[in-house]
Amino acid sequence: MRLTLRQRQIIWAYIFMSVALVFFVVIRWYPTILAFNVSFRDWNVFEGTGPWVGLENYQEIWQDAGKPRSSVTAAFSNTVRYVLFGVPSQLVLALAIALLLAQIRRLSAVFRVAYFAPYVTSAVAVAFVWNWLYQPETGLINQALDLVGLPQQPFTKSPAQALPSITAVAVWQNLGFAVIIFLAGIQQIPGHYYEAARIDGANAWQLFWRITLPLLNPIIVYLTVLGTISYLRLFALVQNMSPQGTGGPLKSTTTVVLEVYREGFSSYKMGYAGALTVLLFFLILLITIIQLRFFSRRVEY
Amino acid sequence: MTTSAELGTEGTLQIADHFAPAQSGARRRFSWTLLIAYLLLAIGGVCMVTPFFWMILTSVKPPPELVNFSFFPENPTLQNYLNVLNTSSFERWYLNSIIVALISTTSVVFFDTLVGYTLNKFDFPGKNIIFIGMLGTLMIPTEMLIIPWFTMSVNWNWHIGYTQYWGIAFPGVITAAGIFLMRQFFDGVPNELLDAARMDGMNEFGIWWRIAAPLVKPAIAALAIFNFIGNWNAYLWPLILANSREFYTLPVGLSFFRGESTTHWEKIMTAASLASIPLLIVFLVFQRQIIQGIALTGLKG
Repeated sequence: MRLTLRQRQIIWAYIFMSVALVFFVVIRWYPTILAFNVSFRDWNVFEGTGPWVGLENYQEIWQDAGKPRSSVTAAFSNTVRYVLFGVPSQLVLALAIALLLAQIRRLSAVFRVAYFAPYVTSAVAVAFVWNWLYQPETGLINQALDLVGLPQQPFTKSPAQALPSITAVAVWQNLGFAVIIFLAGIQQIPGHYYEAARIDGANAWQLFWRITLPLLNPIIVYLTVLGTISYLRLFALVQNMSPQGTGGPLKSTTTVVLEVYREGFSSYKMGYAGALTVLLFFLILLITIIQLRFFSRRVEY
Repeated sequence: MTTSAELGTEGTLQIADHFAPAQSGARRRFSWTLLIAYLLLAIGGVCMVTPFFWMILTSVKPPPELVNFSFFPENPTLQNYLNVLNTSSFERWYLNSIIVALISTTSVVFFDTLVGYTLNKFDFPGKNIIFIGMLGTLMIPTEMLIIPWFTMSVNWNWHIGYTQYWGIAFPGVITAAGIFLMRQFFDGVPNELLDAARMDGMNEFGIWWRIAAPLVKPAIAALAIFNFIGNWNAYLWPLILANSREFYTLPVGLSFFRGESTTHWEKIMTAASLASIPLLIVFLVFQRQIIQGIALTGLKG
């Protein structure tokens, strides 16, 4: 039997994709369906099943959310606060640094390395180093505050300061990535746009608002979406920077993923934890869609 | 992931060009703007690297020096390192992290490249559905899949003994983002070249392996590096799956130093140094390629 070229191509294509197809069905889509399934059951991980309880897990989350000082409410509201504090500061700082880096030539590589190094470091190590920096009395930051005559701060030890302190670390760690992407974007903007605008009498401020920023719009959208998702999934830093890894003090730093971990893998309430992950999924989906709709504007020049 | 079309991707592999000096020609005179740019970047750079120096400096201080504050160690010692290495299983955790990162990186490089190529260069029924089916998994946060993955691992005994390596690695042996990225890069490989090889009677696997793949080597290198770093630093899933000390990866093993008496910061900083310095060295050696790779893949994605 002679196969045509097209038939042979089809066969090759499916051979090439066979392992990946199995992977995506078995390791990605089947578990996705299973995740929804788990959230409707009183799931026992070691039996791999459990009785169907309908919406009970969701109802329990809803009831817990109504209780005063509940972990669930704290987890969701904290998670949103991490996003609201973290993403804008990360973007603004990264853009500022990228704009500065675009101005210089000498030492540019050194600065890029310095700003990027935290990004390749394990979040656990980062958390420990900052715990030590934030330490009362002996910590470097409080020593420095002492030195310039300012009062010592409790940072992660106080419910009021803990979340911003951890957010600052997350920004410190992720900044470099955004800087590099912004810098690459800035350097892709053709120089003659600026020359033409300068001839028309535009000042530096106008160049930034009328040329740089609009042309960076796709990158801003990309980094906003990516950054938001990473803050919505915050876990390692929080677990390793809060006392006993429980999202304290007084639940002031706990996140959705941390509660998933605690409910699912410490208390073995898998159904409840599963329902939390489903809610997290919808939260991420919702926010991403909103961001893509409102921030994407096509800019043509 | 959605912005590539707007960024004018050329489909070529001119990595170096992104970092070509922004302003060539025109010999620079002293300028205040430039001085301020350097000053601000230097202040920022100090903030970025100080935590690393502080980590390393603390790790070589004898314990009493932590209390009486001095920035540099007065009697530097490696005793902390000996203590930590003797009382923990760091060597084993290095090995585990290397094994897991190598398994997933090798697999990702092979399959993501192969599937990305197939989706770009082949025409076959079901192509759109398969592409969407793979890309769609990017919307599913991995946190939602950990309970199903854990259930599957328990059912199939992937959480016991040496299969734990596979258990830790399996969620990341093929990645949708990598496939999407490689698919973009194969745009730059001309179809005529592949057709010519077909005329010469080369089989399809050979065409991919010998002709197409070598042409996108920089992209493959970037993919490999990011996957390696990502898996090396992966925390949540290894934390859940690895069930004994001998099978912890570095971040998981390190996280248990949190329980270490918090007065022993020299120990915790030594552990953090041991966990992060190897990858920081790798980063410093390959910093050029890594940063260019980030820029390249970021703009493509």
